[in-house]
Parts: sequence; C-alpha cells; structure tokens
Amino acid sequence: MSALTGGWRRFLPAPRWALISVPYFWLLLFFLIPFLIALKISFAKAAIAMPPFTDVLYWVDGFPVLKLRGENYLFLLGDSIYLNAYLSSLWIAVVATLLCLAIGYPMAYAISRLPASSRNFALLLVILPSWTSFLIRIYAWIGILKPNGLVNNFLLNLGLIDAPIKMLHTPFAVYIGIVYAYLPFMVLPLYTNLVKHDHRLLEAAADLGAKPWQSFLKVTLPLSKAGIIAGCMLVAIPVVGEFVIPEMLGGPDTLMIGRVLWQEFFNNRDWPVASAVAMAMLAILIVPIVIFHRAQAREMEGKLT
Amino acid sequence: MNHPRNSAWTWSFLGLGFFFLYAPMLSLIVYSFNENRLVTVWSRFSTKWYAALFQDEQMLGAAWVSLKIAFFTACAAVVLGTMAAMVMTRLRAFRGKTLFAAMVTAPLVMPEVITGLSLLLLFVSLSTWTGFDFARGMTTIWVAHVTLTMAFVTVIISSRLAELDRSLEEAAMDLGANRIKVFFVITLPIIAPALVSGWLLAFTLSLDDLVLASFVSGPSSTTLPMQVFSSARMGVSPKINALATILIVTVSTVGVIGWYFMQRAERRRQREMLLAVKQ
Repeated sequence: MSALTGGWRRFLPAPRWALISVPYFWLLLFFLIPFLIALKISFAKAAIAMPPFTDVLYWVDGFPVLKLRGENYLFLLGDSIYLNAYLSSLWIAVVATLLCLAIGYPMAYAISRLPASSRNFALLLVILPSWTSFLIRIYAWIGILKPNGLVNNFLLNLGLIDAPIKMLHTPFAVYIGIVYAYLPFMVLPLYTNLVKHDHRLLEAAADLGAKPWQSFLKVTLPLSKAGIIAGCMLVAIPVVGEFVIPEMLGGPDTLMIGRVLWQEFFNNRDWPVASAVAMAMLAILIVPIVIFHRAQAREMEGKLT
Repeated sequence: MNHPRNSAWTWSFLGLGFFFLYAPMLSLIVYSFNENRLVTVWSRFSTKWYAALFQDEQMLGAAWVSLKIAFFTACAAVVLGTMAAMVMTRLRAFRGKTLFAAMVTAPLVMPEVITGLSLLLLFVSLSTWTGFDFARGMTTIWVAHVTLTMAFVTVIISSRLAELDRSLEEAAMDLGANRIKVFFVITLPIIAPALVSGWLLAFTLSLDDLVLASFVSGPSSTTLPMQVFSSARMGVSPKINALATILIVTVSTVGVIGWYFMQRAERRRQREMLLAVKQ
C-alpha cells in the first residue's frame, strides 16, 4: 500500500510547489497581468468598436508590430485639469493623513495603556465601524452636514447661527469623511506598535529626571516610528485614489484623480485615457507602496522592528 | 511592576475619538425610526421605512446578489490566503518570493479605481484573445473580490502563524508525521480563530465594495452597494437609514459574539499551555 502511494507520489508535484503555485498563479493572472494590460491600452487610441480602443500590437506578414501612441499622456500633460487633480489629490491625502495621525495617535496611545482585560474590547470598538458598510458610514455624514441636517439644526436651535452653514459639498466635508472612514486603519498599526513598548524604559527616563512629555518625545515617539509609517501609508495611498468620498461629500469642484478616472471611463467612455490616468497615478504611488511593502513584509515574516 | 495609567488627557481623547466614530452611526439608527421623509427632521416614531425597504424588489435583489458573492468570495479568499500565508511564513526563500510578497501586500493599499479598471481590461482582453466570452457579471465580481480580500486574509493568518510556537510542528514532524499531516492536524486547529476572522473580514469587505464591482459588473448583476450608491446620489432616503440600521446591528452582534468566543478560546488555550508547561 505504502509502496503504491509512494509510486503515485512521484507523478504529483511536490507539496511545496503546489502550495506556492496556486496563489502565485492567481495573483499573477488577476493582479499583475491586468496592470500590464492597462499599461498597454494606455498607449492605444479610443475607437468606436468593441472593445473601444485601437490595437497596440498587431501582426503584419507574420511580424508583430508595436504601435505605441503617446497621445494620451501628452493629453494629460496638456490639460491643466489632470495636473490639478493629481496635485489636489496628493494634498488632500497628506492633510487627511496628518489629521488621522493627530487623532489616531492619542487614541492608540490611550488604548495601549488600558488594563490588559479591556484593551482588546477597546480595540474591537475601533475596528467595528470599519466592518459596517463604508458607503453607509459616508452616507451618514450627508444627513449630519446638509443645510437642514443635524449640525445646522442644532446650531440654529441654540441660536448660535441665523442661517445654515454650507458644509456639505465642500472640502471640509471631504476631510471629515476621509478621517472618519480611515481612522481605524491609522489606530490599528499604531496600537500594535505601542502595545509592545517596554514600560521600564519610561520608568528609567523618569528616574533620570525626564518629565513625562520629554520621555514621550525622546522614547515613545522614536520607538513608534514603524507604526507611524505603516499607519500613514495605509491611509495616504488609498486616499489618493479615493472616489466615493469626494463624489458623495465633495462639491462639483472637488477635484480628485479617482473621480477624474471614473468620469473618463464611465461618462466619456475613453478607456485609453482612463488607463493613462491610472498608470500615471500608479507611477506617483509606487514609491509609497514600496515603503509600505517593506514595513509589511518585515511584520509578516515575524521579524521585530 | 507599575502599570502606566492614562491621564485625564488621554482619557478625554479616547472618549472624543469614540464619540466621533459612533455618533454618526447612532444618528443613522435613530432617524431610521423617524416617520418624516426629510430624515433629519423628527416628527414621530415609525417603522414604515423598514416595511418600505422589504417591499423594494430592486434593493432585495441586489442584497441577494451581494450576499452570494460575499459568501463565495470569503471561502475562496480563506483558502488562497492560508496558502499565501504558509508560503510567506513557513517556506524558505525561493526564486520569485520577492515578487510574490509584493503581490500579496500591494492590494491592501492599491486604490480600487486602478485595480477595478485593470481587471476589467483583463476580462475584455481575454475575451478578444481567446474568443471565449468572459461575460461580466457575478463571476467577474467574485474574481475581483477574491483578489482584493485574500491580501487581508493573508495578513491576518500570517500574523497568527508568526506567533505560533514552531516547536509543536517540529515535534510532530520528529514523530514521523509528514508536512501535510502536520498542517491539518497541528497547524490548522491552532490558526482556526484566524481563519474565522479572515472569513468574516473577507465577507464584509466583499459585501461593502462599490468601486471594483462597478467596473467589472455586467448589466444583470447589480450589487447592494451599487444600488445604495445610486439612490444615495439622489439625496438622503429613509429607506437607506433602515438598511443601515439592519447592517450595523447585524455586524455589531456578530462582531461582539465572535470577539467573546475568540477571547474565551484564547484564554483556555493559554491556560492549557501553562498547565502543560507545569507538568
């Protein structure tokens, strides 16, 4: 019996290679290759056909001919709306990330100092909102911020204002939405980092005469650098391409690149330009993605710091 | 040892933070029971919007589509995510591991508009090259969701595998069990809680996704977020408040119960390990 199974085994791939190849193949086919195709199509030209663009690679007398058109990228450079959209997306992402850090750091710090029994429950309370629908949590802010919404009604009833303040469809609403939706992604890596700190370091600092704020600046903050980087990347990178929040809470003038891409694809039906917009966005994001990946890979392989 | 305490400052930050996180969701719940069509102007208590929601055929149909996709997404993501996590934590380096690791973590932060557009272009190109029609619909949404959620599942399971005591696996191997048997008899039961949380996370992420689904869906496969989005664009609607309440209550209940059981299992496991060490 064992000889038989042993004989059979020879024809099966080693378990190691089976284990590697299944997820590897999936990710190659559905994650990496799609980017290459989008890159290819960003060099095509829109056409009235199905699919709605020209061929980039075609065969003439048995030879492959590659026809790359740079028009889409020139078009992006030529129209200031695209450049402005990239710049304003980056700006919004940076500001929103700093706001998340300013709110998330004290929260993560406070949770890491709770007694061990209640720490996990506090953490659950942070994560729980991100399990309920993202879309619906953004929708909630429409009811709060609109002219006859909760905040305006409250202020009017108190007599603090005479007329409703315009908050919905402004950059203010977009910042609130982003901070609200992405806060858990900032708190989580910060907490994971802060909870591992050795409190004896702070005691030593205090024994040597450091005031609490001094030991925070000199000990806690530098030690939490990895958590800060992970949290900021986890917020900033997806926010650059955010579509739902500016669409629902922003005004028509809230320019973000995710929204521009959406309009090129769904409204203008110009797939090559949409691909070029995506590839240019990827080019901006590749450095932050690599930084995030390095931090994440260290974490995943179980190495500390 | 002196455990550090929170000062009044950090306590108030924590309180304000939780207020910020929960007040909007509470407002959704409260106003879902408001009779007034204007949502935020209170007139009187009513459950009529729940009745209206359950008569909305389009909404119910979309919810059913989303639940089916989310179920199959979660199952596939747990299998692929577990395999990827084993590759990341248990196998020695192989050629191409760097690329593999990059493809595992990148979907965590990659803006969904980029992934969604690229996947759609893949499906369209596959149809032209092979001549076989990769019709856009539930299957293509499933593929997109599995690719996104397996990254999250991999992270959860990897961190569990990394903190797992390797000596158990090594002991079983010394006793003559092969790698496959060790995985199913020793490793799998220990990482089971991570599999459950990975499954639930993949399920909720899939149920929640608007952008990927919008790119790769076909005319007959409208998901719940797509339906909610198109009606929320028209302005606030009390029916969405009712739907939101149902979602929030379900997720919180499952979340708290799941947390409680995992907490208990974890404590029992630690107690047993302590006993084993003492003996």
